[in-house]
Amino acid sequence: MQDPLPGYRPLTPEEERRRRKRSIAIALALGAMVLIFFVLTIAKLGPQVLNRPL
Amino acid sequence: MTSLTNSLPVGAEAQGFAHAPSIVGGDVPDYFALLKPRVMVLVIFTALVGMVVSHGHVNPAIGAISLLMIAVGAGASGCLNMWWDADIDAVMTRTAKRPIPDGRIQPGEALAFGLTLSVGSVLILGLAANWLAAGLLAFTIVFYAVIYSMWLKRATPQNIVIGGAAGALPPVIGQAVVSGTVGIESIVLFLIIFIWTPPHFWALALVKAGEYAKAGIPMMPNVAGPQSTRRQIVYYTLLLAPLGLAPVFLGFGGLLYAIVGALGGLGMLAFSVQVFRHRAGEAEKRAAMGMFAFSILYLFLLFSALLAEQGLGLFRPVTFA
Repeated sequence: MQDPLPGYRPLTPEEERRRRKRSIAIALALGAMVLIFFVLTIAKLGPQVLNRPL
Repeated sequence: MTSLTNSLPVGAEAQGFAHAPSIVGGDVPDYFALLKPRVMVLVIFTALVGMVVSHGHVNPAIGAISLLMIAVGAGASGCLNMWWDADIDAVMTRTAKRPIPDGRIQPGEALAFGLTLSVGSVLILGLAANWLAAGLLAFTIVFYAVIYSMWLKRATPQNIVIGGAAGALPPVIGQAVVSGTVGIESIVLFLIIFIWTPPHFWALALVKAGEYAKAGIPMMPNVAGPQSTRRQIVYYTLLLAPLGLAPVFLGFGGLLYAIVGALGGLGMLAFSVQVFRHRAGEAEKRAAMGMFAFSILYLFLLFSALLAEQGLGLFRPVTFA
């Protein structure tokens, strides 16, 4: 395990567990936002938005 | 080798209001609790009714995303309310276990969380539905977090009367999502919730007067006295009972709604009379808590009837000869 810098203390196991859970929740929220914007785009512009020349 | 990723500055301990644990950083359920999930459910429900009574059509995906954003915006305003009121929440037993006064979440974390969700929900609602709905949601958040929480709540016994407007707005936002405008239907639903709020909260305040006094909140029983509060509960209920039937006369409440509204209104009047009559001891507390509980059921049944009629096709018009 890495040593903390002077003036810093290591996270407790409980703090590490909570940080991991917060990170997962943030990832899920970001994923949900991506999904929301995708669905909104399709709903507002219609499926034709995908049918375009590349 | 040194690392900053798994360490914290010494002294960066949690700073709660009561018995703060030394753990830094909240748990995910604590953040969820900041959003007042039960209020969010009510907001989704009343906004959905505002949507179904509207004349118009909305893409189901856009409708669902809009409802979600209305709920998130309401949760964000609840979060900002908890951030601001953490000092008085710590004093009252009903609220002392909330995440901030209990030291599970830092006030600054709650403020950042609430502001982020407020801005995000308003922007996404504007993009998904329209900017009238987004503006109404922004107004609701500001009204609840700033006008009610920061000003009215600690300043006047009319706090929940005026502040009730924030809780009454979701049906109006719902109608704005569907029709892009605000019509008589959602204005009537707004008025029903607005007039319902004082007797609902004052019934609870009669029982919890000691707690509110300890926290220094000028609720009506603490300022005007319990007798005046009981009288005002009856007055507001006398207004509410006929107002609850307004959708029938305006044509968007059918037979089912008329029956529920009439019986529910009579029930509310009966409970308010009980509150007025029983002024001491266990009977007083039972009457007030009965009024509080029945008022929740009354509002739920009114909105459920509208939802069933407009959403499930159970609408049967009431004709007036």
